[in-house]
Amino acid sequence: MNLKRREFVKISGITAAGSLIIPPFLTSCKGIILSDNAESYLSHFEVTRALLQKVISAAMEKGADYADLYFEHTLENYSSLEDGKVNSAYSNIGFGVGIRVLKGDQTGYAYSESVTPDAMMKVARTAANIADKSARFSPVNINEYISPNYYPLKTSWEETSVKDKIPYIQRMNDNIFAADKKVIKVNAVLGDSTSYILFYNSEGLLAYDYRPMVLLAGICIMEKNGQIENFFVGRSNRMGAEFLTNELVDELSKEVVAKTSQLFTASKPKAGEMEVVMGAGESGILLHEAIGHAFEADFNRKKTSIFCDKMGQKVAEDFVKIVDDGTLQGKRGAINFDDEGNPTEKTVIVNNGVLSSYLHDRISAKYYKVNSTGNGRRQDFRNIPIPRMRCTYMENGPHKKEEIIASVRNGVYVVSFSNGEVNIGQGDFTFFVKFGYLIENGKLTKPVKDFNIIGNGPQALADMVMVADDLVIDNGIWTCGKDGQGAPNSMGIPTVKIKKLTIGGINA
Amino acid sequence: MNTNEKYDLANQVIDHALKNGAEQVSVTIYENRSSNIEIRDQKIDSLKESNRSSLSISLYVDKKYSSHSTNRMKKEELFRFVDEAINATRFLAEDEFRSLPDPGLYYKGGGVDLITFDPKLDSVDPKTKIDISNQALNEAYKKDDRIISVSSYYSDSISNSVMVASNGFKGDSGSTGVSLSVTVSLKSDTGRPNDYWNENALFLDKLKTTGIGEKALKRTLSKIDPKKIVSGKYSVIVENRVAGNLMYPVYGALQGSSIYQKQSFLIGKENKQIASGLLTAYDDPFILSGPGSRLFDDEGLAAVKRPIIENGILMSYYIDNYYGRKLGMKPTSGSSSNVVLNAGSRNLDEIIGSLKKGVLITGFIGGNCNGSTGDFSYGIEGFFIQDGKIIHPVNEMNITGNMNQFWFNLIELGNDIRENETNRIPSLMFEKVDLSGI
Repeated sequence: MNLKRREFVKISGITAAGSLIIPPFLTSCKGIILSDNAESYLSHFEVTRALLQKVISAAMEKGADYADLYFEHTLENYSSLEDGKVNSAYSNIGFGVGIRVLKGDQTGYAYSESVTPDAMMKVARTAANIADKSARFSPVNINEYISPNYYPLKTSWEETSVKDKIPYIQRMNDNIFAADKKVIKVNAVLGDSTSYILFYNSEGLLAYDYRPMVLLAGICIMEKNGQIENFFVGRSNRMGAEFLTNELVDELSKEVVAKTSQLFTASKPKAGEMEVVMGAGESGILLHEAIGHAFEADFNRKKTSIFCDKMGQKVAEDFVKIVDDGTLQGKRGAINFDDEGNPTEKTVIVNNGVLSSYLHDRISAKYYKVNSTGNGRRQDFRNIPIPRMRCTYMENGPHKKEEIIASVRNGVYVVSFSNGEVNIGQGDFTFFVKFGYLIENGKLTKPVKDFNIIGNGPQALADMVMVADDLVIDNGIWTCGKDGQGAPNSMGIPTVKIKKLTIGGINA
Repeated sequence: MNTNEKYDLANQVIDHALKNGAEQVSVTIYENRSSNIEIRDQKIDSLKESNRSSLSISLYVDKKYSSHSTNRMKKEELFRFVDEAINATRFLAEDEFRSLPDPGLYYKGGGVDLITFDPKLDSVDPKTKIDISNQALNEAYKKDDRIISVSSYYSDSISNSVMVASNGFKGDSGSTGVSLSVTVSLKSDTGRPNDYWNENALFLDKLKTTGIGEKALKRTLSKIDPKKIVSGKYSVIVENRVAGNLMYPVYGALQGSSIYQKQSFLIGKENKQIASGLLTAYDDPFILSGPGSRLFDDEGLAAVKRPIIENGILMSYYIDNYYGRKLGMKPTSGSSSNVVLNAGSRNLDEIIGSLKKGVLITGFIGGNCNGSTGDFSYGIEGFFIQDGKIIHPVNEMNITGNMNQFWFNLIELGNDIRENETNRIPSLMFEKVDLSGI
């Protein structure tokens, strides 16, 4: 390490550093991206290899099977526009280490917001109490894991000033107001975050990651003859400031104006069961809610998922292939390794219509005697990792979109969504449709809006009777909630027809 | 940090910000300690201990505004953090409506003790908590052959905070909370129904610890093999435990920010009828040991008990300082404390007994409400009722309507307001509601 490097690392160190603790919302940073080596991350968190081993030994001193340390330093920034000006901002710093101890499938967890040796030893001993014997743990050799990089960075958010961000937010506002006289309000927000992650476990694995994330969102509110309508659009990626382009802003502005405008003629559909065509892209929410959650292995290990006795069984038509993939470059759901230090991958959960894998964390992988699929994720260092989806999508099928629409006599074609939910045990799932069209005798007719669709997961999977060849991975701002923890996701799907789902609508 | 140390640090950060270019500053320092225990099938599944702290700061610099938070609490770091934040705030656009609240609206001290802090909670040992959780679980564990899994969850929380604003506010508060719940999963031919029961309290010795597992099991057993019914307009009873879900869009529409941004279906409705004359709701911050009780809100505004809806007429909105200035309205507080609905005279069983045909809603799943228009649609589960009797469980159905009409269909409130909740709401009965099923 040359002198320059050492200085570089030093100003990156927590106590020394003005620079590192400043939220990147703030002025300039001096190019402080850490180099890709473990030493810079160890310095960043002011720990040594010997200290990591000492803390792990304390975590293991009651006879646990396994322990890990998860160091995190996250810087978040939001800049917001209201009344035509970027006139408020928020930033947050989160810093600490989570210590987890496993004994069989039992978990002890505690965290510290300070990384002094005393603070960490105390927390390690608290977490250790999940086990109840006395044992001596000899640290194993440290094995440094160099992960692939699924989110290579051009310009970090730490070297991007709020001054550089404002013009893009402003441009969105100006575009939207210029596009349509009905616009009465615009809200827009740009949020970015940067996380430094250092991971070490009792098996000697040492891993580190630099995780960027960005989201840009706009809300357009229009008024026409006293009727007010609003629509929300957003994009999110694991990317640096290269995310921000005029093209992206123009695309989002155009989309939100078009979608808000069409709401003025939309109405609520009729209540009851109908054929449903899920448009390519955002409709991936169907996979997330109807299938993805019920495939998370914790629910299956505990036998509470409706899919827990269906492994290896035919659950869908031959042309249905569903995957959960952490390796798609720059996607919101991408992750270099999961929050338990396991490599991420593309996991096939339904192959040729057969249930082929659950989504595993360390505990469930051990229970099922399989390798982890790299789905053990946590919201932050304050939380226990659990099986979570990454980017869940369906691969292309044999049909054409036009052919699918033409096959429907009485149904809905749905394209924009706001949220969904699932009951794992009974299999009921829902998603809320912001916009779509009725399909009458094979043709798209009246626009429809604001209705809930509810169905049953295994039934909906079996009822996917047509799958088109137009897969779109959606870059919307999807955040999944489970056990009180949020996790960023992506999703995608080609155009798909489901025989019937229940539409929340009006009765004559 | 004890309370004095928090005040001391808050004052130092404020002084530093004022010396370095801020015109106004407010700082909140918050600490929380909590423990969480999950027991599954008589075995500890997880034990978690949390200790967190944070400092939040709002900065008003050259008529520009930003806010920040951090858990890096060392003074030197905080000073640098503030310096950078002040510099960056200067890049933002001016906003003439940004300034700290009018000091006349601040809480000035001398309030009664609202009894929100259990001083004994900190010294309760983990074994006691585990025993309570086990006892709750054992009420259901192995009590039926169809049980696949029984879990109990215990959690407690001890919070303390101090807030100081540079134009003359200082206040501190502390609160505790304990909760205990049991979830039961069963295996049946059509699925794996689950349900839960929970109890909350601010003081551990006030927590109801019996009957939780028993109720969770009973509820789950009642949900075996649900069916959906034909779509149509029905009378519905919404159980007290979930009736709050229907109030959330109303609270959202009462917010100053929603009104200002035209995302409220209650714009211009003050002093107008927005619901059935049966409905009255108060915001009451002064309930002793209420989970939302407080002497001042998160901006330092003195708490006031006030009507929100009286006999169906909208009496007041939730207006914070900023949107109060923008809307030209007096701030009332931008956040709710405890919301208390008026109670009726009959209990849930009596209301069910009087219903000729309809649905008892016991759970919501997904769905949403369009804030601008009030159009809503939610997934539901519950029970089909005919001639005053529960016939069978229902699931996979939706309830759909518009908030501006729906609340006029309220025909009865129960007498079963749930205590220990911020939303004190009884079971509610509505008529002519659109349900979607077969």
